Amino acid sequence: MADIKHFIAKRVAKELKDGDVVNLGIGLPTLVADYIPSDYDVTFQSENGFVGIGPAPEKGKEDVDLINAGAQYVSVKPGSAFFDSAVSFGIIRGGHVDATVLGALQVDEEGNLANWIIPGVMVPGMGGAMDLVSGAKKVIIAMQHTNKGKHKILKKCTLPLTAEKEVDLIVTEMGVIEVMPFGLLLKEINTDYSVEQVVEATEADIMISSNLKPMMK
Amino acid sequence: MKNKIMTVEEAIAPIKDGAVVMVGGFMGTGTPEILIDALVDKKVKDLTIICNDSCYPGRGVSKLIAEKQVKTLIASHVGLNPETGKQMSEGIMEVELVPQGTLAERIRAGGAGLGGFLTRTGVGTVVQEGKQVIEVDGDKYLLEKPLAADFAFIRASIIDKKGNVYYHESTRNFNTIMATAANTVIAATEKLVEVGEMDPNIVMTPHIFVDYIVEGEKPWQI
Repeated sequence: MADIKHFIAKRVAKELKDGDVVNLGIGLPTLVADYIPSDYDVTFQSENGFVGIGPAPEKGKEDVDLINAGAQYVSVKPGSAFFDSAVSFGIIRGGHVDATVLGALQVDEEGNLANWIIPGVMVPGMGGAMDLVSGAKKVIIAMQHTNKGKHKILKKCTLPLTAEKEVDLIVTEMGVIEVMPFGLLLKEINTDYSVEQVVEATEADIMISSNLKPMMK
Repeated sequence: MKNKIMTVEEAIAPIKDGAVVMVGGFMGTGTPEILIDALVDKKVKDLTIICNDSCYPGRGVSKLIAEKQVKTLIASHVGLNPETGKQMSEGIMEVELVPQGTLAERIRAGGAGLGGFLTRTGVGTVVQEGKQVIEVDGDKYLLEKPLAADFAFIRASIIDKKGNVYYHESTRNFNTIMATAANTVIAATEKLVEVGEMDPNIVMTPHIFVDYIVEGEKPWQI
């Protein structure tokens, strides 16, 4: 399980470019930071008010004034900058975030995303997710392909949406899927799986790229 | 110069049942705990609280929720405080969930004299329900209206006796905008300095927004 998450995070990291401003969601997406090439200057934003998130501090060296959006103590890198929530979301809505990486409960073939509520079960609130998905230039979903066998990549989301038609790329342990104007396209496949297995694990119609590549190991 | 320095009891004395109170902070970081504690002791009820989140048990506005003093909560995230969900489902507290950027901008609009703003956030989701959808150059936007309050609780790292505020690191969050959007702004501070001791270049909330100053904030642990 932990291996699967790191595998997905490692592949997502390849989507990020030197110089990008990136916002990582909580959970699996935070692992992406561990796989950025060391010679890349990627700036991570924390929507509670800064750019330049650094590693978690050593135990006993936490700074009580410095938390990330997941309420964990963090550090900042040299060259970081603090701001208030209005500026932070101006950055997000204004298209100044090159990519955001988020988990999903459901995603569908139109690029609709549901990841903030299961009515009657879990009502945590959307936090900054709706702004991020609407505002970031590229929306990457990093998640396990199914929920213990239950489809998550659907023809149409059944849960309340986080945003409409904003997802660009879906990275799972089985492959890399791009959301195209005409539907979902499998571009890379984890060679531990067959195309049939990916199709089986996906409720949405999925086209297979004529140039299907193996997903990096 | 008007004296703004008060005891916490004096500062919150005007807050009555049914008041609308904005509370700065993000998961407790940047939240003025001593003002919350005083409001708990005062036992005012039917409050409307506007805050990024309902924090987690024992910190920030969760202390008011635990005492059932909150009638309406306007926030973006309530997932780390089980009591919020419980009071929502039992109908004790009404919760309006607002996307975080929309919440911040509604508060900013409230303080900046704007009639609202247009955002793509929430288009095609439940957030759109009951709102005007306005098309600009072919793109759909939601009209979001301003938010204002009777009181704002803000947390300063350093304040001077005139009320100029500096916020350290990630404690700034909603404090700056809330300071502009309430009739009465109460600042609790870690450190109080004389007028002239603070470099005007580092002032993040100008003194004209601050009504009362209360000393005694501490560096709270998560």
